[in-house]
Amino acid sequence: MVKTTQVDLKDQDLLGALRGFFKAVLEREEISAILVPWRLPMKNTVMPTLITDPQQLDRADPLSPGFAINTARVVSRLTRRASAGKVVAVMRPCEIRAFVELVKLRQGRTEELVIIGLDCLGAFGNRDYFRWVGDDAEASTQKFYRAVLTGSGAAMDGVDLSRACKACELPTADGADIAVGLYGVDTAQHLLVQARTPEGENLLGKLGLVETQEPPGRMKALEKLVAERIAFRDEMFNQTRAATDNMEKLGTYLANCVNCYNCRVACPVCYCRECVFVTDVFDHEPAQYLRWAERKGAVKLPTDTLFYHLTRLAHMSTACVGCGQCSNACPNDLSLMELFRSVAHRTQAGFGYAAGRSLDEKPPLSEFRENEFPEVVGI
Amino acid sequence: MNDFEPTIVAFFCNWCTYTAADLAGTSRLSYPSNIKIVRVMCTGMVDPKYVIKSFLEGADGVLISGCNPGDCHYINGNFKARRRIKLLKEILAQFGFQPERLRLTWIGASDGIRFAEIMREMTAQIKSLGPNEGRLKMVI
Ligand code: SF4
Ligand code: SF4
Ligand code: FES
Repeated sequence: MVKTTQVDLKDQDLLGALRGFFKAVLEREEISAILVPWRLPMKNTVMPTLITDPQQLDRADPLSPGFAINTARVVSRLTRRASAGKVVAVMRPCEIRAFVELVKLRQGRTEELVIIGLDCLGAFGNRDYFRWVGDDAEASTQKFYRAVLTGSGAAMDGVDLSRACKACELPTADGADIAVGLYGVDTAQHLLVQARTPEGENLLGKLGLVETQEPPGRMKALEKLVAERIAFRDEMFNQTRAATDNMEKLGTYLANCVNCYNCRVACPVCYCRECVFVTDVFDHEPAQYLRWAERKGAVKLPTDTLFYHLTRLAHMSTACVGCGQCSNACPNDLSLMELFRSVAHRTQAGFGYAAGRSLDEKPPLSEFRENEFPEVVGI
Repeated sequence: MNDFEPTIVAFFCNWCTYTAADLAGTSRLSYPSNIKIVRVMCTGMVDPKYVIKSFLEGADGVLISGCNPGDCHYINGNFKARRRIKLLKEILAQFGFQPERLRLTWIGASDGIRFAEIMREMTAQIKSLGPNEGRLKMVI
């Protein structure tokens, strides 16, 4: 059973209510620290920050449309080995899903972790966010969440949600221990706080919040949002597939790639500790380049661009959560999320798998059954 | 007639299909020279990179062949290979690769005759598909 409670707002201050809630959590003696999206003091940029001093939570900004990195990576660092205390991490749904994938690959642990997930209001691309946020980040965030929650949409001042967010059909924090509900909730008055696991229930039980029911409009509001997202996503898949339906077109799609490998550094589920493409396997002999050029008449340098992207797809496509950080990271603005997600959708469907859905499902390439995929074997 | 001679890169496991190829040879069974054999210890060690690289370098087909279920000398390498091939077929299909270009078969060590048949069949299929389109364009 889901335990549902609410946090009441003072003066319609949603950010203030969330900060107050985080403070109450951090003040529990069993909680050592809380990781939150936090406005850096030197600049209005929002980064995941580990906080032990409750006063510092006044800079927490969990509703900002800034999404500089996927936090799953940092949470993986924080939890890889047993630590001295329990940490709470405030994460977006796609960050939780990526973290679930990392836990399955033993690159993170859930033992001393409580995840608080928020309904995701979406994010702007990095470039857009940095340009848009201005000097008063508090006012910017308020303007953003009010626009989204009152239904007037995130498009403002010439910026809009990233395509990854527009195509995201999983905006609720289903994998969290404690989920904060905003859509379909009267967020001028209160926000919804639900325990989704025994761990979450245990913590929530100690906070003395008022029990309540999920408002009847919430389900409807979410259904509407998800339907819009799926329509956008499927159109995006169609366009991307049409743009890459042969190898020559794929080459065109990736022609501006300079092999910087930022996309795999930013990708939360690109799990290899050392990417083979930066090892000496790809430190080719100088003579090798000449042989390739000789054979094909021309060879672009650095080489192995398509090879890299196809290999990356073989590694991460079954784990891609559609967060869009690859597109964010590309210096040459390639439409990477569109490409990777459209392939990921296909490979995950092929194995009946959904990245980040459950800790109990093994990653497709880490198990097998004796009788399966008969169509793959034989001539 | 079709005078296109495809290149088919074949990864054969040492214990089963490679042995079958040997047997076919010593039994004087002929099979097409289009098949370029790479001997591996087990199909379970065929990294997706080997397949991708083969296609990017212009292979018209890639064949991976190993032991029958239950016969893999490393217990279950053939089952792991099957998942990897499934994955690669899904990925490559999005980029217009005909699934017939990538094949996985299980041919036991004593199956020299079947080996020769399958090699002929695969070669005929790839011939009718024609050359790997990207071959000349793949400069990146
Ligand atoms: S490939 Fe891109 S969208 Fe998918 S998980 Fe990685 S960074 Fe996110
Ligand atoms: S970030 Fe962009 S340029 Fe860099 S490797 Fe990825 S696709 Fe290529
Ligand atoms: S040893 Fe032949 S497939 Fe594993």
